[in-house]
Amino acid sequence: MDMSQYLEIFIEESKEHLQGLNQSLLQLEKNPQDVPILNEIFRVAHTLKGMAGTMGFNKMAKLTHDMENVLHALRNNEIKVNTNLVDILFKCLDALENYVNEVVTKGAEGNEEYSEIIKGLDAILNKKDAIDAAKDVAKSDVVENMANEQGEKAGIQHITSNFKMNHYEHNLINKAVDMNLNVFKIVVVLNKGCVLKSARAFIIFQTLERHGEIIKSEPRVEDIEDEKFDFEFTVVVISKRDAESFQKELMAISEVDDVIISTIHVNESEDIDEIKSEVQEVSTEAHQEESNHDIEEHQKTQVSKNNIKTGKTVRVDIDRLDVLMNLVSELIIIKTRLEGLDEIERNQNYNEVIEYFERVTTNLHDAVMKVRMVPIETVFNRFPRMLRDVSRSLNKEIILNMSGEDTELDRTVIDEIGDPLIHLLRNSADHGIESLDKRREVGKPDAGQINLRAYQDGNNVVIEVEDDGKGIDLEKVKKKAIDRGFINKDAAKNLSQKDIIDFLFKPSFSTSDAITDLSGRGVGLDVVKTKIETLGGMVEVDTEAGRGSKFIIRLPLTLAIIQALLVQINTEKYALPLNTIREIIKVKPEDIKQVQKQEIILLRNTIVPIIRIGECLDVPPSDNQNKLLTVVVVKKGEKLSGFLVDNLIGQHEIVIKSLGKLLAGIKTIAGATILGDGNVALILDVNSLAV
Amino acid sequence: MAEAVLNTMQFVVFVLSDEEYGLDIQMVNTIEKMVPITRVPKTPSFIKGVINLRGDIVPIMDLTERFGLTKTEETEETRIIIVKFEDIQMGIIVDEVKEVIYINEEQIESTTSLTKEGLMENVLGAGKVDNRVITLLNIEKLVNISVKE
Repeated sequence: MDMSQYLEIFIEESKEHLQGLNQSLLQLEKNPQDVPILNEIFRVAHTLKGMAGTMGFNKMAKLTHDMENVLHALRNNEIKVNTNLVDILFKCLDALENYVNEVVTKGAEGNEEYSEIIKGLDAILNKKDAIDAAKDVAKSDVVENMANEQGEKAGIQHITSNFKMNHYEHNLINKAVDMNLNVFKIVVVLNKGCVLKSARAFIIFQTLERHGEIIKSEPRVEDIEDEKFDFEFTVVVISKRDAESFQKELMAISEVDDVIISTIHVNESEDIDEIKSEVQEVSTEAHQEESNHDIEEHQKTQVSKNNIKTGKTVRVDIDRLDVLMNLVSELIIIKTRLEGLDEIERNQNYNEVIEYFERVTTNLHDAVMKVRMVPIETVFNRFPRMLRDVSRSLNKEIILNMSGEDTELDRTVIDEIGDPLIHLLRNSADHGIESLDKRREVGKPDAGQINLRAYQDGNNVVIEVEDDGKGIDLEKVKKKAIDRGFINKDAAKNLSQKDIIDFLFKPSFSTSDAITDLSGRGVGLDVVKTKIETLGGMVEVDTEAGRGSKFIIRLPLTLAIIQALLVQINTEKYALPLNTIREIIKVKPEDIKQVQKQEIILLRNTIVPIIRIGECLDVPPSDNQNKLLTVVVVKKGEKLSGFLVDNLIGQHEIVIKSLGKLLAGIKTIAGATILGDGNVALILDVNSLAV
Repeated sequence: MAEAVLNTMQFVVFVLSDEEYGLDIQMVNTIEKMVPITRVPKTPSFIKGVINLRGDIVPIMDLTERFGLTKTEETEETRIIIVKFEDIQMGIIVDEVKEVIYINEEQIESTTSLTKEGLMENVLGAGKVDNRVITLLNIEKLVNISVKE
């Protein structure tokens, strides 16, 4: 059977599941007793196994299977959650991820078997007996007290049964009692005339399972299925319901002669394998209430878990979105065109149509933008896991606080923002947060804090990575900059804090003395900066010695539609992104002065270099006889430049289009847009034109 | 007959400074009337600029400039042929689009003897149809240029 058509779905879903597992596992590590999470992990792992098996990825299925065994043991309380165990499970996830990646690139799962991980899993399973015994001893005391207490409260007759229980059932009952659930022993006696005993038993089992969990039956289920029993069988059920309702419901089933229900309490027994059970005919009110309360809480957590899961993604082909985007851009073009006709036809109806049309385009624009928007959560999700690994390998205790995960960004930005953020987080963990000894020395809490925040600020999205570590050592950076020859000693004296920090973003600049696995090679921050800038954003740094540092990333909400100023140079029209423009001034030709072969003007006592855009773009010089020259002052980072243009046309909302593969290499042009008259205007790349 | 069809290709025939050229019809997207072209700075002279093709920005090439042919005036007949090779779309300015013809493989002759240097590597061969010689262009080579500053 040809599976290739399912491959894509398999890959997408596996990735999603693995991400989910990573998150759940982190939570489990924090709350080892959280049963719903454990169940969730188990469920997802099981799904993964099934998927891998169906696709014929046997090694992957084998690994998930072994993982599932461990999870099963966990769920049955045979082993306990500890760091070692979580480590191995994480390794499993990494291995599975590798399998998936292998599938992505080669279409097959590869040959790696990760036998070490499998061995690790086996070892955990083998060890469980020892752990088990220890735990049981500890537990039995508690159980004894509780059983006595409850026995007294209820003041009920005791019946000792010689029902044999093994470890597993023993533990389950313990657990159920801990959770204030009822444990019943139910003896069902069938009518002697019953022909299809097994079918009848099946109905009874089903009824019981609707309200609880059957943990044991006597004779065994298989035997009951084979009708290898007389007319009576015994089951042990854990449920939140009381005995009476079971009694009623079971008696309602035809051919059932009698139902004897007794409540089991766990008692300490000399032999762990044999448990004497206590019977309680009527549950006390208090007990009921308590258990109800407990169940409610249980359900609440379940509900909140469900909420997390409902954030399902809709996968939309980005090509289709681009088509949609194209349509919208055409609508905007038509809108602009109609606006131009306004002077000729001043008809009331016409204006109404325009208004309506404008509303439609605005709505359409918003709608399309929303489809393209993805919550930043999809990027943030993988950070807790990453930071856990980092903090362990650095031997530092680090708490990651994230906020604003629901902040939305354009899909194209989302895809690119992950790596820079990983760099920054690792940087904070490695360079920022001090070692444990150092933190104690300066009186900070043991655990270092890294705050990852995202929020919308006007047309920008701001992402902050903040740590409470030692901050950036400006003197050290300065010294390094001098050593590296970026600047000479005298000039270094006059540097502002900002100038010094800028050195950090230079290629191959690292202040960490030791090169670690994580960072210190100095390839981090310059990459971060370049990446963010190609996305149209910028990075700022805030630091205070001893208090920590904060990296602030500003990104445009979208890359597709921007406000721009249209300018004219000779007969050609160019667009300048409005957010790069500081101001527009008129100057007399004689105000332009020469300093070291560079034309400049003085703008409120600041030197602003003048760039004759026309010359940069090989536009034939115009015979512009204006007495005043128009200078558009743009900012590149903090520095200003003045672009000399012939004419201003006005502010427009423009749709950015790529020049295509063929012309992508032209630095001075950031893209193109289509004007109201259907002609193309080029968008200038301010960063590469400015000095 | 069936065999003949297999070996037959369809070509769009156009005129460029009084010579006839052909483009494989599989690669031709549309034929457009002349529209204003926006010049793009820092490009080779044979790139005339870009146009708006129903919302797409498409670069336009002037083959007379590329092949070093005599330039011709823009007339009513001037067209832009939009070709597409893989994911690169490009427009070619031609003096006139004449027809679509079938050319059998046997009618195509290799053209190592062509004198114009710029032309040679961009040519598949010469198609001989009823006393006409049509220079068949290799679109892959034509669009395979990279423009960098």
